Amino acid sequence: MQRRAIFQNKLLPYVLLAPQIVITAVFFFWPAGQAIYQSFLLQDAFGLRQTFVGFENFRTLLADPLYLDSAGRTVVFSASVTALSMTSALLLAVLADRHIRGATAYKTLLVWPYAVAPAVAAVLWLFIFHPSIGLFGQALRRMGVPWDYKLNGAQAMFLVILAAAWKQVSYNFLFFLAGLQSIPKSVIEAGAIDGAGPNRRFWSIIFPLLSPTTFFLLVVNLVYAFFDTFGTIHALTGGGPGKATETLIYKLYVDGVINLDLGGSSAQSVILMAVVIGLTAIQFRYIERRVHY
Amino acid sequence: MIEARTGRAWIPHLVLVAGVAIFAFPIYMVLVGSTHDAGTIGRGSLPLYPGEFTGENYSQAWTQGTGQRVKGVPVAWMMYNSLVMAIVIALGKIGVSILSAYAVVFFSFPLRMFFFWMIFITLMLPVEVRIIPTFKVVSDLGMVNSFAGLTVPLIASATATLLFRQFFMTIPDALVEAAKIDGAGPLRFFRHMVLPLSRTNMAALFVILFIYGWNQYLWPLLITTSRGMDTIVIGITKMIGTGDAQTDWNLIMATTVLAMLPPVAVVVFMQRWFVKGLIESEK
Repeated sequence: MQRRAIFQNKLLPYVLLAPQIVITAVFFFWPAGQAIYQSFLLQDAFGLRQTFVGFENFRTLLADPLYLDSAGRTVVFSASVTALSMTSALLLAVLADRHIRGATAYKTLLVWPYAVAPAVAAVLWLFIFHPSIGLFGQALRRMGVPWDYKLNGAQAMFLVILAAAWKQVSYNFLFFLAGLQSIPKSVIEAGAIDGAGPNRRFWSIIFPLLSPTTFFLLVVNLVYAFFDTFGTIHALTGGGPGKATETLIYKLYVDGVINLDLGGSSAQSVILMAVVIGLTAIQFRYIERRVHY
Repeated sequence: MIEARTGRAWIPHLVLVAGVAIFAFPIYMVLVGSTHDAGTIGRGSLPLYPGEFTGENYSQAWTQGTGQRVKGVPVAWMMYNSLVMAIVIALGKIGVSILSAYAVVFFSFPLRMFFFWMIFITLMLPVEVRIIPTFKVVSDLGMVNSFAGLTVPLIASATATLLFRQFFMTIPDALVEAAKIDGAGPLRFFRHMVLPLSRTNMAALFVILFIYGWNQYLWPLLITTSRGMDTIVIGITKMIGTGDAQTDWNLIMATTVLAMLPPVAVVVFMQRWFVKGLIESEK
């Protein structure tokens, strides 16, 4: 943890640390503390008085069918986004990893969607699936499918998942490719000499050796689907129709910013913080393990 | 290549081309859409090939951002807002974290680990989960509708600090000793050794953080209420509004293309650093 050759200076390290610590304290710890504090308070209807209510806000929240629905929706949404973007990225990475001609060109062509903002990704798919001006939207209607994601909740969910997963494939692809390239060729050759075909080699050698990457990406993708997809949902469906695409982070925004329910939204913040801390802890446990490899 | 693959070598190409096509298709449709007039798109008869309204659409979006139904801000203005936000966030994060990483690695002082963990923990507090109290702090400080409010709260970065810390640990002790013997103090060592050595890491981080800044959504949505402060990503969704068929889709599509250009250009032209930054900052 500590270097051997270091400078002796009493004041300088604090000066160097100051900007980061000040920003962290003012914009991270103070608000996070406020969220925890507020989550134990209840405001009256006019926002004039607050009373300490203990875990009341949490109890109300966890008994609220709307909140539980939103939690369930978030699980479905995150699992689908993760599964869809990871499987397609793995398939593409495995193919690009074979030493075929033009592998670098494919890499360049697959990498750039990473740079597209989640909200812009949503807009791109909106153009295609818009019921009256979109290419696919119109095609679906011509085929007799009553396609309108602004009325049908399941269709809205499908579209949000598609737009969110599309953007994330690049990221997963890069990590899978890096993981595949770090697998020693000799192991795979040994498998080939023992008579294992390409399929067998993939499932018995490559896939297990890739598991650290897969696990890491699983956590990163879940975090992405939980928190970074706000823009996708806001631009595409606004949480609707009804509440069909209202995930936890979207509900937090609606309750806190639009409905101005401070206690309730703070309790939601605290629960989400617990989720991130849990996911990050899992991720670091895994990194610890990889060091011993 | 382990086995001689004869005859079937085109299969991976086919799947990869299909993959690339799926990726490129939405972009292609937006590009095509931005070259037709609003009427063609609104009728739902957008063809698969480019039209003749490219110049009109882009210049109208760029200078006015307003059409028949869309009341917008000139794209040039929103691009400027996004650019300032992205660059300030990227440079700010790099500057703040390289200093704090330098302090944590090269000095020994009371509470060193406490500060390190304090920075580390912010990894677990994305702005999305503490959005309302953070907004309140910013509005109490009178920073709503300003570039300061847009950027400063996002500048603290555990990821960048961790990356620099990891890199500083690899700087050989002998180098530090040599500098000390030559009479260089910590600031001199920082300027003449550490900064030049960190150049690649800074470039890699810049790519990642520029994209992070450019693509911010929830934070600018809350912090900027005047349309003159709209970033381009926010501007697009405001232009779309309820998403009716009859709107100036040609302008919206031109704006979307322009919104994608800077971050995509950064990734494509700085791909080597981008891949490095992405993979190392997650370690």
